[in-house]
Amino acid sequence: MLSVDLAARKLGLRPGIPVAKAQALYPDLVLMDADPEGDRLGLEKLALWFQHRIAPIVAVDAPDGLVLDTTGTDHLHGGELPMLKDMIHRMAGAGFRARAVVADTWGSAHAIARYGRAPIAVVPSGKTASALADLPIEALRLPHTIVEGLATLGVSRIGPLAAMPRAPLALRFGPDVARRLDQAFGRIGEAIVPVRPVDPVEVSRNFAEPIGAAETIARYIGKLVPLLCQGLDERGQGVRRLDLLLHRVDSRTEAIRVATAMPVRDTKRLTRLLCEKIETINPGFGIERMVLIASLAEPMDRRQTVSSLIAEEEADVSDLIDTLANRVGTQALYRFTPVESDLPERSFCRVPALAPEETKNWPDHWPRPTRLLARPEPVQAMAELPDQPPLFFIWRGVRRKVKCADGPERVFGEWWKNDAELTIARDYFRVEDTSGERFWLYRAGDGEHGETGSQGWFLHGIFG
Amino acid sequence: MTAETHKKLGLETLRAAISRLEGHSDRRRTVLPFGVREIDGRLPGGGLALGALHEVAGGGNDALHSAAAGQFCAGIAARTRGKVLWIVTRQDVFAPSMKQVGLSARRTIFVEASSDVDVLACFEEGLRHGGLGAVVAEVARLSMTASRRLQLAAETSGSLGIAIRRWRRQTEAADFGQPTASVTRWRVSVLPSAPLPVPGVGRPRWLLELIRARAGECADFEVEACDGKGRLSLPAALADRPDQEAAGQRRANA
Repeated sequence: MLSVDLAARKLGLRPGIPVAKAQALYPDLVLMDADPEGDRLGLEKLALWFQHRIAPIVAVDAPDGLVLDTTGTDHLHGGELPMLKDMIHRMAGAGFRARAVVADTWGSAHAIARYGRAPIAVVPSGKTASALADLPIEALRLPHTIVEGLATLGVSRIGPLAAMPRAPLALRFGPDVARRLDQAFGRIGEAIVPVRPVDPVEVSRNFAEPIGAAETIARYIGKLVPLLCQGLDERGQGVRRLDLLLHRVDSRTEAIRVATAMPVRDTKRLTRLLCEKIETINPGFGIERMVLIASLAEPMDRRQTVSSLIAEEEADVSDLIDTLANRVGTQALYRFTPVESDLPERSFCRVPALAPEETKNWPDHWPRPTRLLARPEPVQAMAELPDQPPLFFIWRGVRRKVKCADGPERVFGEWWKNDAELTIARDYFRVEDTSGERFWLYRAGDGEHGETGSQGWFLHGIFG
Repeated sequence: MTAETHKKLGLETLRAAISRLEGHSDRRRTVLPFGVREIDGRLPGGGLALGALHEVAGGGNDALHSAAAGQFCAGIAARTRGKVLWIVTRQDVFAPSMKQVGLSARRTIFVEASSDVDVLACFEEGLRHGGLGAVVAEVARLSMTASRRLQLAAETSGSLGIAIRRWRRQTEAADFGQPTASVTRWRVSVLPSAPLPVPGVGRPRWLLELIRARAGECADFEVEACDGKGRLSLPAALADRPDQEAAGQRRANA
């Protein structure tokens, strides 16, 4: 028997015992044929999924594991421990019991994941040796014969094995023992050869006569895209990144790349995105081959839409977002989202236009100006101390007499972000001048204590 | 049949002929009313036409800041349904203020274009899409050709397009006199706020000038700025207040 499930394990069955014996003990045992090939394929699929979700470098650690190089990616998942928990949780959701360990080396992570106590562990950098010392030597990825040989010598743990002199071991068991030890302790490197995604959906077309006119290119884009979409449709995928390679007769290659915010399989939309970029192509003496590759494709499910009986569905703007993003750049397309900060310039941040909607909102205690100046502009003002609004102020050379004002709204520095802000305070006033224009002024400081600011006046925003 | 009804019938046939010539007679014209009788009454169709381009500029110093003009447009956009595309060249919109006139940050997608040409291209793209509640663009120069393209794009998709005319220098603001293909043209200037019996700033007031309206007349209104849902209102002193009047009558009679 190669493997047993939890219930069988409770009955006392272990991998390795003959089937006949197990059946003699428990006649109603459910047996299934092992499918090593299927397991390997499944594991590869899982590796691709991990590559897609967690880290770019993922390899199969046959027969029952995956190895990931998560360097520089753990922060995207909230740290190493949350990342491991998330992985285990997802695996559990798919019906697998899994163990995950972060360690310095492939060898040590392999050993601790299989023979360590906790199902989830993060081995701190530099603690590898102590973490490995108590583990059995089976954990070292050594051939079965060597493990048995070492057992007859009375060595069963990694710690004592590592302390033994190398030369006699190498003489008796070959170089494997030393190599595996060094790999586990990080003394020699071990490359992780990542799995490669399955061949991308790709369509191409050769031309008998080189083409060059923009209309001709557009026409052939119109012919290639439906073929690509057909290929994507067969796989149930949508394209996130699409590359069009144009091989010129002088053996140079021109490329167009378009990206979409969500998986797309719509012929019209992709054709339009590509055709908008035609003017960036230099066809030279002509193009003899066009290749269209879906370099990043993601699964795309048909979703059930809201029935108009319940609520009117909001129009989908993702195609517009893609068109605009390919024109002005993704960075230039955004929404504002609230940030919890009293300082106006820190109270918002930009998020991608199609980011999930948040429920937070800005507090609504005070009116806020329509326009916020990028940097507060210093103004000359005269005001009664400590907390009266200015009587007049001079901004951009114009003297304005204040007719009425609201305030002060005191804002304190964020000492938890910056030590220098510990004592800082600002007093905001909304003032209206005699002509009816309304401005947002603040005094740097509370008007009483010198350490709270320069006590100078600044104009920060303009009200409608 | 009186002379009055004759005149009315004549006008009706004339209007029908004009709209047939303009080529959009088959499309149902819809409007977005302001909800203020005095303003809606002056606009053909009883509100701001959807599927059309409108121009808004600030008056006085606001031609440079577009604070009041921006707030006015945010108020209009807040009363539409669906996402709002807001195209700028220099970003100084303070998002919390939009929320205070009812335009949630979740609905507003900003596009920061590098030039006026890009702004117009994105503007047209947004109008053509048709799934947006409103498309607002801050633009300085708007030629007849460009505005006609935008107007056509808006007409075909039925989207509401608002061009906020915003200049860098006061001298350039004379550009607002040049003809464009927009359906209405507004100027918003700030006025002193409603006086309060206590120290403080009252509800802001604007002078709203309807400088041009296709098939309508010019008008100007003194209004109170957008409230939390983007609605304008007339100052209480100017509005005729039938209910109060009646209440006063009742009180006098009692």
